[in-house]
Amino acid sequence: MKSVTKQSKWTRQIKREGKYFIKNLDLTLLALPTIIIIFIFSYIPMYGLVLPFKDYKVGLGFWKSPWCGFKNFEYLFNGADVLRATRNTVLYNIAFIIIGTIASIAVALMLYNLGKKAVKIYQTILFVPYFVSWVIVSYVVLAMLDMNYGVFNEIIKVFGGEKIMWYNEPKYWPFIITFMNIWKFTGYNAVVYLAALMSIDTTLYEVADIEGATKWQKTRYISLAGIKSMIIMLTIMKVGQIFSGDFGLFYNVPINSSLLYPTTDILNTFTYRALMNMGDTGMSSAATLYQSLAGFILVMITNYITSKLDSESALF
Amino acid sequence: MNKSNLKMKSNDHHIVSHIILILACITIIYPFCVIIGASFQSPADLAEHGYRMIPKEFSLEAYKMIFQTSGQLLNSYKVTLIVTLLGTILATTLTTSYAYVISRPTYRYRKILSFYVFFTMLFNGGLVANYLWLSGTLNLKNTYAVLILPLCVSPWNIIMMKGFMMGLPSSLPEAAKVDGASELKIFTRIVLPCSLPGVATITLFYALGYWNDWYTGMIYIDGNDLVCLQLLLQRIIKDIDFLNSAEAMSTGMNTGKELPTVSARMAMCILAAGPMLLIFPFFQKYFRTGITIGSVKG
Repeated sequence: MKSVTKQSKWTRQIKREGKYFIKNLDLTLLALPTIIIIFIFSYIPMYGLVLPFKDYKVGLGFWKSPWCGFKNFEYLFNGADVLRATRNTVLYNIAFIIIGTIASIAVALMLYNLGKKAVKIYQTILFVPYFVSWVIVSYVVLAMLDMNYGVFNEIIKVFGGEKIMWYNEPKYWPFIITFMNIWKFTGYNAVVYLAALMSIDTTLYEVADIEGATKWQKTRYISLAGIKSMIIMLTIMKVGQIFSGDFGLFYNVPINSSLLYPTTDILNTFTYRALMNMGDTGMSSAATLYQSLAGFILVMITNYITSKLDSESALF
Repeated sequence: MNKSNLKMKSNDHHIVSHIILILACITIIYPFCVIIGASFQSPADLAEHGYRMIPKEFSLEAYKMIFQTSGQLLNSYKVTLIVTLLGTILATTLTTSYAYVISRPTYRYRKILSFYVFFTMLFNGGLVANYLWLSGTLNLKNTYAVLILPLCVSPWNIIMMKGFMMGLPSSLPEAAKVDGASELKIFTRIVLPCSLPGVATITLFYALGYWNDWYTGMIYIDGNDLVCLQLLLQRIIKDIDFLNSAEAMSTGMNTGKELPTVSARMAMCILAAGPMLLIFPFFQKYFRTGITIGSVKG
């Protein structure tokens, strides 16, 4: 008796769900093309998360290739390259986060305090690097650093110095790479911060003026305080990405010069080379998984710390 | 006395700001001027003075050389234009329709489908799996499809568009629904026209993405037929002889003659990137709208 009512409850439930499904069918159909595209191009490739545990053979395909445990990871971490790439990725990202954030906020504050007319011109020019690809940026850098014709070497020549082989000497590249990253993104990020600054209630400044606050005090306690949660949020997001580098920057700007790998090789370029030049799917996919896991753990940790410090700014 | 003093101080601040910002602008504009200048330099001038903003010896040889053998450049323009146009139309259609569906508060699977998109921002299969899947199983290597499809749904743009559509007054679609309009009609006749600023923004984001994409081409395109502009530029900078050999092959010229290859490389950069660099800044307003929406919703 009891089971019968239970069963009818289930069938009623299914019937109701079916009714809902039909009622929502027109909207579902509208979303269907996008659902399929996302499934094909994002969900199916997720088998890559299991791939490093397989001894992948092209002839056998994914399903028939045998499992191999952690062999690919052993192989990966036995080489010195992956450690160097990890170090580079993390250190560059730390530099980008610290210098980039300070530069963007400084530019945003300057634009905010200046008149409207000047801001428009500056904004337009500072935004230009955002529109160009890293390939174009590599031409920009080449114009400056070309070893035979570059502007920098011409200047050195005029002052009677010895020309510098920029594309052969790794020691200069931490500065060049960091500078180009700031060069490309400061305008964009400044606009993000500027938008946040614009939403601050201007009466706060008026009150501060009446109270006789200095310019610095107003900046510190109104402007910066007003965009604090945004700064924290954007920084958390960037810290979460600390293990993933900008492939375009590190591949194009040094023109993939192998002499520069000691200071320009990051995990993303390493993964790319492992697959494309060596055809090593095992090591390449292992590096990818290692990279995403490290990143994921980092997001969790930073988010945990922020939620302890300031629960409102945490992401989740 | 005190007041004028204060004013002086704030002007000082402004002068410092202006100086810093002008310097920043120079570091952006100057290299582009050098690239333009270098494209007009004669080989002798280059050898003597290096790249210069203002050539000492003006020459059009580099451009002549490119236009004599313009096949590859024109072909690359064609590829880039086709990919950008088709890709942007497809991407905008897919993104807005999906965003509309998950922005409807009455839609039953709203939450599931939002998460379906959000999840792809957290995890991706990585280069190897994508490569094996697209080039091996789907056999998409060297097709227009591979240049268009993987980039046509961006989770960020969907979330941004959804935020924009949810900001619209919900009374309009509901009234239309009561009058018996179909969802497709509500979407195309009411919601889409009302979200034009948002649509313009994501259209530009997609157009810029397709125009600047060299990565997909680098991985999935061999040969010269489907080389887009960015990929062409990348190949030229990596291998300066790429231009030389193309020139020598097409004209049967003996390679002993001094070719303006170095200038031609810069001229190529101007011809390939110049037009877009001039056009895109005019659309800045829409990019800024996008950033503002994104930062409020994010």
